[in-house]
Amino acid sequence: MKLDLILRIGTKLLLPFILLFALYVQFHGDFGPGGGFQAGVITAGMVILYALIFGVKAAKRIAPQGLVERMVPLGVLIYAGTGIAGLWLGSNYLDYSRLARDAPYGHELGIFAVELGVLITVAGTMTAIFYAFVDRGR
Amino acid sequence: MEALINIVLLTLLAVITVGIMFQRNLFAVVVLAGIYSFLMASVLIVLDAVDVAMTEASVGAGVSTVVLLGTLHLVRTIEYPSKRSALIPMLVAVATGAALVWGTIGLSPFGTADNAIHKHVAPKYLADSVKETLVPNVVTSTLADYRGYDTLGETTVIFTAGIGVLLLLKGRRRRGHIADEDSKVGRTA
Amino acid sequence: MEVLQRFADHYNYVVTIFLMVAGLYIVIARGNLIKKLVGLSLFQTSVYLLYIEPGKIIGGTAPIIDPAFKVYSNPLPHVLILTAIVVGVATLALGLALVVRIHEAYGTIEEDEIFSREGEE
Repeated sequence: MKLDLILRIGTKLLLPFILLFALYVQFHGDFGPGGGFQAGVITAGMVILYALIFGVKAAKRIAPQGLVERMVPLGVLIYAGTGIAGLWLGSNYLDYSRLARDAPYGHELGIFAVELGVLITVAGTMTAIFYAFVDRGR
Repeated sequence: MEALINIVLLTLLAVITVGIMFQRNLFAVVVLAGIYSFLMASVLIVLDAVDVAMTEASVGAGVSTVVLLGTLHLVRTIEYPSKRSALIPMLVAVATGAALVWGTIGLSPFGTADNAIHKHVAPKYLADSVKETLVPNVVTSTLADYRGYDTLGETTVIFTAGIGVLLLLKGRRRRGHIADEDSKVGRTA
Repeated sequence: MEVLQRFADHYNYVVTIFLMVAGLYIVIARGNLIKKLVGLSLFQTSVYLLYIEPGKIIGGTAPIIDPAFKVYSNPLPHVLILTAIVVGVATLALGLALVVRIHEAYGTIEEDEIFSREGEE
């Protein structure tokens, strides 16, 4: 792989745009198609592309295995924690009405937090699965 | 026009499926499955499910293909012809298909607005989403707010599946004499 | 002409069921474990179609509220299927992990060979 100049440079040029697109899909998901699930998969796709071209070792420098594996439960905790926050503020589980002073803003905030949790779990899981399969082959 | 595009794309999907059925080279099967996913994403766009199409294109054609190729890297890539007769599975499949097609006769035609599915909670979500959550994309507001419990469950399933894969693949390989040591380590830990 | 119209109206259901049945056939008839899993995902994608198709309204648009549009397709099946797709790939990966472990234990992923090796032991 060391000699494939076009692949290496092309990948390096593409990576920031893939990450930017993932963030766009995540944060613009309220107004256009997209959301945590898609953004998570695109983020994982970025790591996978990097690993395919530069090797898994290099990929583990930008997305360390420990971090990726911690992201898997972290996202679920953020999601469930958003529900608990609703309980704590005196409404039902996963009811976001009281997260802000006005109910609609509370819902918007709740959706943002929940989508963030989904992003973290999905990106972490997909990358961890990829690492697991690749490491098995060596 | 929408119905026509839909018919053409669905026919292509069926053709690819036949290809997957009879192809014995597993690499070819994986590539055909990727094509299948992209076609499915196109069908979903025609059906107005843009969020789902985006997911299918990135997950079905992207991550699934990578995971399948990662597996093929570890196992043999040619499928051997099965010794069993294909007659009974074919009969089961045809009988199931016939029963299901018979069941669709009563369903309302494609694309009609008076379908039963449009009479339940969906009109409320479409009418109230912007007012209640300030989110114009109704799929996002339904996903994260109105149907938040569903999505929490699905996220937990993804978490569980990820943990399962890590448990199955992260340990040391068990082969030959290493297997005995490995099982001892497993017992003490 | 009326028969043709009727056929076009229900064609999507027929193709959906064909995909479903093809997946079922692959799962039952083929002994290769990876082929079985691909068949299982074919079955799964046919379910996506089965959910999304009734939600489509001819002349409608994607369910993103905008003053320029009046008719929207039904968002509820989209939500259910969107999550199902991501869960689908996670469970597919779990199945493939099991296939990898079976291959390490038996040296093959053909069902017939696995059964015959079980018999020898």
